[in-house]
Amino acid sequence: MTLLPPRPEPGDKQLGLVIDLDTCVGCHACAVNCKEWNTGGHSAPLPDHNPYGSDPNGVWFNRIHTFEAGQGTDSRTVHFPRSCLHCEDAACVIVCPTGASYKREEDGIVLVNEDACIGCKLCSWACPYGAREYDDDAGVMKKCTLCIDRIYNKNLEEKDRVPACVSTCPASARHFGDLGDPDSEVSQLVAERSGRELMPELGYKPVNRYLPPRAAKKEQGPSGVGASLKPLADLAPDGDNKFLRWIDRVLSR
Amino acid sequence: MTGDFLTPEERIELSPEIGDETKTTTCYMCACRCGINVHLRDGQIRYIEGNKDHPINKGVLCGKGSAGIMQHYSPARLTKPLRRVGERGSGEFEEIEWDEALDIVSARLAKIRGEDPKKLAFFTGRDQSQALTGWWASQFGTPNHAAHGGFCSVNMAAAGLYTIGGSFWEFGEPDWERTEYFMMFGVAEDHDSNPIKMGLSTLKERGAKFVSVNPVKTGYSAIADEWIGIKPGTDGAFVMALIHELLHADKIDLDYLVRYTNAPWLVIRDPGADDNGLFARGPNGEPLCWDDNTGQVADARLAGVAPKVVGEFTLQDGRKAVPAFQLMADRYMDTTYRPEAAALRSGVPAHHIRRIAAELAQAAFDKEIVLEVEWTDWAGRKQERMIGRPVAMHAMRGISAHSNGFHTCRAIHVLQMLLGTIDVPGGFRYKPPFPRPCPPPQKPAGRPGQVQPNTPLPGPPLGFPTGPEDLLVDDKGNAQRIDKAYSWEAPVSAHGLMHMVITNAWKGDPYPIDTLFMFMANMSWNSSMNTSGIMEMLTDRDTDTGEYKIPFIVYSDAFWSETVPYCDIILPDTTYLERWDCISLLDRPICSADGPADAIRQPVVQPDRDVRAFQSVMLDLGARLGLPGMTNEDGTPKYPGGYPDYLINHERSPGIGPLAGWRGKNGDCDGTGAVNPDQLNRYIENGCFWSHEFPENQRYYKHANKDYLEYAAASGWIGSADQIVMQLYSEPLQKFRLAAQGYGDINPPEEHRVRVGGYFDPLPTWYRPLESQDGIEDEYPYYALTQRPMAMYHSWGSQNAWLRQIHTSNRLYMNRTKAELEGLKDDDWVWVISHHSRIKVQIRLMEGTQHDTVWTWNAIGKRSGSWNLDPDAPEAKKGFLLNHIISELLPPKENGYRYSNSDPVTGQAAWYDLRVRIEKADSGDAADETTFPQFDTLPRHGEHSLRDNILRYGGFFKPTRLGSGNGNDGGNV
Repeated sequence: MTLLPPRPEPGDKQLGLVIDLDTCVGCHACAVNCKEWNTGGHSAPLPDHNPYGSDPNGVWFNRIHTFEAGQGTDSRTVHFPRSCLHCEDAACVIVCPTGASYKREEDGIVLVNEDACIGCKLCSWACPYGAREYDDDAGVMKKCTLCIDRIYNKNLEEKDRVPACVSTCPASARHFGDLGDPDSEVSQLVAERSGRELMPELGYKPVNRYLPPRAAKKEQGPSGVGASLKPLADLAPDGDNKFLRWIDRVLSR
Repeated sequence: MTGDFLTPEERIELSPEIGDETKTTTCYMCACRCGINVHLRDGQIRYIEGNKDHPINKGVLCGKGSAGIMQHYSPARLTKPLRRVGERGSGEFEEIEWDEALDIVSARLAKIRGEDPKKLAFFTGRDQSQALTGWWASQFGTPNHAAHGGFCSVNMAAAGLYTIGGSFWEFGEPDWERTEYFMMFGVAEDHDSNPIKMGLSTLKERGAKFVSVNPVKTGYSAIADEWIGIKPGTDGAFVMALIHELLHADKIDLDYLVRYTNAPWLVIRDPGADDNGLFARGPNGEPLCWDDNTGQVADARLAGVAPKVVGEFTLQDGRKAVPAFQLMADRYMDTTYRPEAAALRSGVPAHHIRRIAAELAQAAFDKEIVLEVEWTDWAGRKQERMIGRPVAMHAMRGISAHSNGFHTCRAIHVLQMLLGTIDVPGGFRYKPPFPRPCPPPQKPAGRPGQVQPNTPLPGPPLGFPTGPEDLLVDDKGNAQRIDKAYSWEAPVSAHGLMHMVITNAWKGDPYPIDTLFMFMANMSWNSSMNTSGIMEMLTDRDTDTGEYKIPFIVYSDAFWSETVPYCDIILPDTTYLERWDCISLLDRPICSADGPADAIRQPVVQPDRDVRAFQSVMLDLGARLGLPGMTNEDGTPKYPGGYPDYLINHERSPGIGPLAGWRGKNGDCDGTGAVNPDQLNRYIENGCFWSHEFPENQRYYKHANKDYLEYAAASGWIGSADQIVMQLYSEPLQKFRLAAQGYGDINPPEEHRVRVGGYFDPLPTWYRPLESQDGIEDEYPYYALTQRPMAMYHSWGSQNAWLRQIHTSNRLYMNRTKAELEGLKDDDWVWVISHHSRIKVQIRLMEGTQHDTVWTWNAIGKRSGSWNLDPDAPEAKKGFLLNHIISELLPPKENGYRYSNSDPVTGQAAWYDLRVRIEKADSGDAADETTFPQFDTLPRHGEHSLRDNILRYGGFFKPTRLGSGNGNDGGNV
C-alpha cells in the first residue's frame, strides 16, 4: 500500500478541473491538445501503437465519450470528457505496491513517479473512473498530471499557467483552479451551477467537478407551451383586405 | 501502518522551456484560419497552441488544429515531383526533377494557350488563394476556372450576396454578445469552427435561447435549448410558415423595411409586357416608390420620401405598379404557407412553428436593444442611438447542399429583414468587406469572343450575373464553360461547378479539353459524386485514338491521396507549416464584424523534401508561359521570389494588394497604400495578422452607415459610399424568368424554359428537392446525408495519427424507433440503395436523428492503401462514403437529358438531396464484415519510417528526469 497524504484541512489547496456539460460540444480539442502537450512534456512520450495501421491505439490522458441519455425527442446527446479526477481518497494510490502512485500534499494532484512504477497496473484496476493510461512501450502507468509542467511554469505568462485542455477549449467548457478554496472562481462556479462529483456514491471524493447542463429554454413564449401570435382580429386571414393594416402606415426613409 | 510505502520524492521539472523558438502563423487544419503559436525545439515542432491575440480564435484551438504536428509529419506527404509511368489509377510513378516537371507542364499549357485557352480546365479545391488562382486563370485566358465553392456552399454565398450583400458562411456572424434568440440551420462544424463554439458558450452564459434546426442532434445541436429535428430539405417551408405567422400578426419592422430594403420599390404589374415584374424606374434608372408626401412616384432611394408599402399605383406611363412588400406579403400570407402545411412537409408540428414565431417576435420587439451610440445614416442624418432587435440566425451546409438551398437561404434572410435584425445590435452582423451591392458588380468573363489565343480574359472568370446578357452562352444558348457554369442550366453559378468538370470533360460536353489542372481536391474520392464512375472516366480511353478521354491531368497536393494515382504529373505541395500564404481581403479574410483583418502564413519549418508551395509554382509557370501579369517586359519573371514576392509587390489596383496592413513605403498606411518591402516582417512582428477596429459608430447598420460606407469605399471594398439596399424582391431572378417566358432578346433554348421559368422566382419559394419528387417515399423512403465531424476536415484527417484514433471508421446512423420497426438492430449490416447505386455498411441506432433520415460522418471512409495507411485500415474496410450512391446527374428527363444534381439557380451540388432505401444484408453478404464497394489497394508511396509499429512522438523532448537531491530551482515542490 501507498499512503495518501494527510486528509486536507478546509482551505487546503486542491487543484482540479471544472467541466461544463452545458457547453461541451464534443469537439475533442481538449483531448488532442492534452496529447500534444503531454507527449513532449513531463510524461513524454504518449506513444501510439499502429499509428497508420489497422488498429491505431495510443495513450491519451483525456478522452471524450459521446452517448445519449433518455429517449425520443427528449433524449440528450451528451459529450462527456473524462480524465483523472484527482480524488481525495485516491484508490489508485492506496493500491500501489511501490509508492509510485502518489497524491501531492501541497496541491492534491495525483501523479505517478515513473522511476518507481513497475507497471503492475493495480492502480488502473482500482481506479473507478478508468482514468489511467498504461504505456506498455515504457512499461509504466501514465495519467493526467493537471499539466504540472504548465501550471507552475515560470517560463509561461501567468494567464497561460493552466492545463492545456483548459487553455485550448473553444467552448469555455473547462475551468481550472483551487477547489479547496471556497472563494476561488472555480468553487464559486461550482456553487452557482450546482456542480457535481462524478459518482460520489463510490466514496473516492473526486476533486474535479462537472457542471450539469443548464435547464433548456424549450418553450419560451409569452404564454409558454401553446404560445402563438394573434392575427389582427379585424382581418380575415385571406380576405381581400389583408393589406389594410398597412395602408395608412406613415413611414419614412 | 508498518509495511506501507512512503512515496519517494519525485523531483519534477516544473518550469521546462517549451521550446527554443516560437513562431506565429495561421492554422490550416480546416478553413477556420485561426492564429497559432508554433513552439519549436531543435527545429522540431514541440507544441502548437492558439494565439491569444488573434481576432479569430483568441487563444483557443480545436482538436484538428491541435493535431497539426501529426499532419506535418504525416507519412503520406509527397516528397518529389512525379511522372506517371503505369496506367492511370495504378499509382505507378517515377520521380522527376522540378525543372523537368515544369517544362512538361509549361510546354503543354503554352500550346493550349496558343490554340484555344479554354482547353485548360484549372480547378482548385480548398484553396485559400483564390485571389491568385482566379487571376492566374484570367491571365492565361481560360474561363474554365473555379475553386470548390460549387460543391461546398455557393447557395449561401449567392443567396446572401443577391439578397443582403453579405452572407452567412464565414462572412458574417451573429451578435454573440447581444442576441437573445439564436437560430442555427443545418450547421455541424466549420464556417466558422472555433468562433461558433466560442459564441455559443458566450450566448449560453448570457441566458439567450439557442434553437438548432437540424435532422441530427450532434455537436452544436446537442447543446441547443431546443432541437428542431426537421426533415432534410424542408427548412424553406418551415421558415416561410414563420413569415406567414409574423405577417398575419403584423409583427414585422416596417420602418426597417422601408429604410433598408427594397420593400417599397414599385414593381411593374403589366402581364404580357417584357418588363412585367421588374422595378419601375425613373429616367436615370432609379427605382421608384410611391411617395405619400407628394402623392406621386419618387426616387425610392431618397431620404425623406414617405413610401407606401401596399396599394396599387399608376405610373407616369399609365401602367400599374405595386410595392415589392405587397407582393411578398401577398405570397406568404396565403394559406399555402400556414403552419399546418409546413408541418406536413417538414415534420415540425404546427404548434411548434406558431410558438417559435411568437418567440421570435417577442425577442425582436419586446426585448429591443438601444445603444446610446450616435451615428450618421447614409443620407447624412445624425441618429441619436442604435436600435437593435436581438434575433440572430446562422445557416450553412444543411441549407446549402440541397437543390432548393438558394431559395431557402433567401427565405432566412427575408425572415431576418422582416424582423429588422440585419446588422443591428443583437442581430446578424456583416463582416467587412461586406456588405457589398446586391449583388456585387463583377460579371463573369468568358463570353464568346472573350476567349482568344495568347490573350488574357477581359475580367475574372467568376462573377454575378444580373440578367441573361451576363450568361456565358453562345447565340444558341450553349454553355461556354466546361462545367456549364453561367449557362441556362445554372445561371447564377457564382462559384462554378467543380463537381461536373470530370464528367463533362470525359463526355466532351460542351467540348473536349486537353488538360485538367487541379489543386488540393480529392476528386477521385470524397469530393466527387459517383465516385466509382469518376474513377472510370479518369481512366477511360478513346476507342479510336487510344488516348485517355481526359488527355492530361496535372495535380498539386501535399499528400498521397486517392486522387494522386489518377494524374499524370504531380507537383508536390508543402504542408501548411512550410509555406507563405495570405488570408486576403481580396479573397476570404479573417475580419470580424467590428473591423477588417487579414493574415499570413510564414514557413515555421523548412521542407525536408523536394517540394514547392503551389502558389509559387503557379507564379513560376505563369512566368514560363509569359503571362503578362507575371512577366516583365524583358521576359523575366515579375515575382522571382515566388509567392512572398507577389504578396508584397503585387497590386490589383493602385495601392491595393493582397495584404492590407502596413502598406505605404514606411508601413504607416492601413488598407491602401504603396508597396512596403518590409510588409511581411511587420505581419510577423504582429503575430502574422493585421486588424483594424472600427469606432463604435461604424459597427452596426453598415449597409446604411455613412462613416462605415465611406471607409469601405476608401478601402476599395465598394465602388461608392451609396446605401446598400437589401433585396427582398430580386429583380435579376425575374429577368431570367422573363427570358424563360420568351421576353427580351436572349432566351433559353426551348428545353430549358420550363425549368428556368419555374425556379427563377423573384421571391423565395420552396419546392421539394429535385431528387424527392412525387412517389419517392415508396421506393426510397429515407433521406441520407452526412455531418462534418468536429475532429476531422474532409479527407485530410485520416493520415493523422491522432485524429484517426477519434474517427477510425464510420457507421450509418438511424433513428432507433424507426429502425426497430423495420426489424433492424445495432451493428446490423445493411444495403443502402439509391437510384444510382448501392453500398453495404454497418448501422448504429440513435435517438437524436429525424425518423426518416439516415446519416454518417463525412469523408471518414478511405480507399485501401491511400494516404499511406495500412491496406486493412478500418477507414477502408469498415468506413465508407455516401458519395458512391450519389449521382452527379439527375434521372433523365423525357427527352433523355440529364441535368446535373445541383441547385437549378446556382449549380450548388445537391449532396443532401439523396434518397435511399435500406435493406438488411443477408448473412452471406454480411459475413465478410467489410463495407462495399472495395477497390484495388493503392500501392504504398515512398519509403517512410511508419513501418515502425509504434510512434513515440515527443519522447525526445522529455525533460531529463531528476533524481532526488539534484538541486533544481523549479523542482522541489
